Formats: sequence, C-alpha cells, structure tokens
Amino acid sequence: MSLRELYLEMLVDHGKHPRNFGTLPHASHQHAGHNPLCGDQLLVYLTLTDGLISDIKFEGSGCAISMASASLMSETVKDKTLDEFNHMFSRFHTLVTTGQTNDEDMGKLSIFSGVAEFPVRVKCATLAWHTLQAALAKDPNPVTTE
Amino acid sequence: MSIKPTLANARQDFPILAQTNRSKPLVYLDSASSAQKPRQVTEAMAAFYLNDYANIHRGIYELSERSTTLFEEARTAVANFIHAAHREEIVFVKNTTEGINLVADTFGRAQFKAGDEVLISAMEHHSNIVPWLQLKEQLGIILKVIPITDAGAIDLLAYQNLLSTRTKLVALSHASNVLGTINPVKEMIALAHAKQIPVLLDGAQAIPHMPVDVQNLDCDFYVFSGHKLYGPTGIGVLYAKKTWLDKMPVYQSGGGMIETVSFTDVTYAKAPHKFEAGTPDIAGAIGLHAAIQYVTAIGMPAIYAHEQTLLAYAEEKMAKIAGLRIIGTAKPKLGVISFVMDDIHPHDVGTVLDCEGIAIRAGHHCAMPLMARFNVPAMLRVSFGLYNTEKEIDVMVAAIEQAVKLFNVEA
Repeated sequence: MSLRELYLEMLVDHGKHPRNFGTLPHASHQHAGHNPLCGDQLLVYLTLTDGLISDIKFEGSGCAISMASASLMSETVKDKTLDEFNHMFSRFHTLVTTGQTNDEDMGKLSIFSGVAEFPVRVKCATLAWHTLQAALAKDPNPVTTE
Repeated sequence: MSIKPTLANARQDFPILAQTNRSKPLVYLDSASSAQKPRQVTEAMAAFYLNDYANIHRGIYELSERSTTLFEEARTAVANFIHAAHREEIVFVKNTTEGINLVADTFGRAQFKAGDEVLISAMEHHSNIVPWLQLKEQLGIILKVIPITDAGAIDLLAYQNLLSTRTKLVALSHASNVLGTINPVKEMIALAHAKQIPVLLDGAQAIPHMPVDVQNLDCDFYVFSGHKLYGPTGIGVLYAKKTWLDKMPVYQSGGGMIETVSFTDVTYAKAPHKFEAGTPDIAGAIGLHAAIQYVTAIGMPAIYAHEQTLLAYAEEKMAKIAGLRIIGTAKPKLGVISFVMDDIHPHDVGTVLDCEGIAIRAGHHCAMPLMARFNVPAMLRVSFGLYNTEKEIDVMVAAIEQAVKLFNVEA
C-alpha cells in the first residue's frame, strides 16, 4: 500500500477541488457533522424530490480524506433513492473498514479502499456519509464521530 | 551485573525501538504522550512479581515485609528524586490526572466556597481544566485563566493582576505539553505566596526532561505520571507539603487508609496512607523506582542537554520547510515542537509520516482551549526522549518534505 494509492487520485481530483461545494438555499434537509478529534466540520444540504436525492451540496473544512469523501459522495448519491443511498453507504462502510468490495463495482469510491489500512482515518472517510444519513432521517442532533 | 546506562548506549535498553512501523524503521517521536520503557524497568517489575510479591502493610510474614519494604523504598526514591523534605509527602496515585483530581476533591472541596477563584493558564491540559470545572459546577467557584503571548509564554503582568484575595489556588503546568514552554514557576510561586495563595504544579511534562526540586520551587503540590518518565502505566505521584496533607480530608476510603474501624466510627491513618485506599499498584511503584534509578544514572542534566540539542537541530531544519509554522517559540522550552502546515491538514501529514515509520501526535493534544487560542483545529507535535537521535530528525524532516510535495500536486 503506497501513499500515492491512498491519496493522490482523490486529492488531486476532489480534495483540492471538491464538487458540489456550497449551500442549497431551498434544501429540504440539512445536517451538521463534526469530528472533534480532527476538527473536521461539515454541513450537508439536500433536496428530496419524489423520493430521490435531486440535489446535494456540502460545505466545511477538514482533512483531505474527509473533503474528498464528501465530494465523491455528493456525486455518487445524486438522483438516487433512499434505499439506494443506504445500500451504497453500507458498501462504502465495508470498503473503508475491510478494503473489500464484495465484487461490486464501487466506481470512483473504490479509491477509498486504502483507508482500511489506516483504522484511525475511517472516521474521516465516513463523516460525510453519516451526516447525510442523519440529514435524511431528520435526526435532531448533529453528527459527531466521538 | 548491570552496566551503568549512558545516553550513547540508551537505545539498546529499549528493545521496542528496534522494530518497524509500516515496514520502515520505527522513529518514535511521541514521548510527550508516553515514553518507552527500558529493560531495567520491565526486569525490575518481573523480578518483583517472580520473587518478592505479596500484599503490603498487611502480612505478618517475611514475604509481605519484603514487598512492603520495596514499595516504601520506591516512595523514598521519589522523595529524593524531586527533593521533597519528607518521604511522607509522596502519595502514590495512578497518574497526573488522578493527582489533580485528588487535590480538587479533597483540598478544593474543603477549602473553596462559591465565588472563590482558581487560577489556571491558557496552556493547560484538559486534566488541569476539567477537575476545576467540576468544582465550578458543584461549588460555584470561578475559574480564571492567565493569558499567554503569541509566542506561547505566560503573560506575567496579567498573572500578577489576576492574583487577588479571591484566589484560592494557582494550578499551572510546569511545562506545556503542546508549546513546550517551561513556565517561570519559581517566580510565579513567589508572587502567589506573597498573597498566601498555594500553588499546584502539573509536572507531567517537566519531570522526564529536567531536574525538579520541589523545595527550591516551594510549590505546595506537584503531580506527575510514571509512564512519561520511562516507568510503567498506572502509577503516578502527588507531592504535597505535609502541612496541607495533614489538613486535607480523605479521598477514596476503604482498607489501607484507616487506623481503626467499627460499624459506627473510623479513625484514619496518617498521610500518605490516608490517601492510598485499597491495594495500590505495588509493582508500578517498583517499576517507577527502577525508572528513577535509570534516569538518575544517566543524569537529568545530561538528558536535558541532549534533548535541547535535538530541539535546536530540529527547529533549524523545520524552519526551512516551506509552509511549516511552529507554534510555541517562547524560550526556555522542552524538546516539544508543535506545528501546522499551510493547506495540509495535520492528520494527512500524520498519515504520511506514519507510512515512513514515524510516530508523532496529530490532534488537539487534550488542549482544546489552546487550539482555539491559536485558531487551529489541530496541530502536529513531535517530542523527544532521551533515546532520540539527530538521524531520526533527518528522517522526519524528509518525510514532511515528501508530504509537501505530495499535497502540492496541481490538478
């Protein structure tokens, strides 16, 4: 496992130039996520239309892994149903904790497989996903990794 | 039998250092978090368990007497190491955190009332903040904070202005776990004592790196952990002046801390036993004794000088890395360097270094208010122990430069 494998692609493409970065003024759902250990802060906004995540944006600051993860998540979940999101999150969680894809095509998300070798960074990779999940559930409490 | 330990041969005493971390030779630069243990410590503990172990202060048989003697010899060794006037002023606790909690729970509860002030500094570890916040919640005391300069030094003028008739205790780190700053504690204690205010020093960071003389400092309380001093986890020390220990109410209660017990009444043992309820960490005290013998044989002044050399060497090299900013530049400071990088999050740098075999700390260092003071979410920290070398610093500097290259790739 080289560092370049872990970082390079997502950094160059997403960590530095995150997609869907910003706010959604008419979001139907929004939620805050926080990783107190690293100081990562996220706000996720989405619009749910006819059961589909029709639009999603996020803002915040954090390490390269958390920013790239939020960016790639926002691209991946757009126009997906809640069931599809939950399935994707489950696969993503397996990927970053075990490195395994269960033979499913993870697309761009597969670049996170290296995170499994760095257990302390799993929280960075999953913060955006947990935050989006809480947004969809209209959880009254902000997400925290601790 | 044993060869006198020296700085030059120290690495041989720490077998753990001869391993790899992510397939690279381990470079351990996190001694401020916890120090590694020399064989002399682990062998002393093993020998104690194999040959001399029994409960202490209880048995009427020879083995228990021997165990008791070894435990009490450890207390004497601690007293001598920090130049306490009396061995009875040494209370064994589990770590610095428990030492501060003990003072807050006994001295604090007995002496403080609503509106009284405890004065701490802006560079304190959570362990010297939260116990006082507990008393704020429970007794209504007020926590006041001595500001620090941008360089990371105590603002002495502000300190003097904060000392008042309402101040009932100054609780201060001897040296900062983040900034490395060695505070002018002797001067600060004299200023507090001029107003009859007692002073507690959190010595967790200072004790492994410099000679400490509690009588010369004239502090009222001094607390530290064994595990940062190359000793085992689970043992720590509270030094308190005898006059305070005699006045302080009991902490935890049970066996070992009593004189007589009936179902209606109890009389307590004298200090230090009054504060050591239950069977203590006997082997931990034996291990701490061995650690004190180890660092004393090398010499605390020699350890201080060695780490100052490493500090100067590292700071000079790190200053040349583009985008690297050291936080904590006040002198004198210990061999602790906290830093941040422009545009690279501390945890990303930490992972790059981890991949090069280097163990350093990244995060808030249990000092969230200090992170806020410097307006950063987290910092990286390298810290030196007696076993570190300039070559290890070269490896670290090269790895930081590699991180800079990696993260500055343009899309």
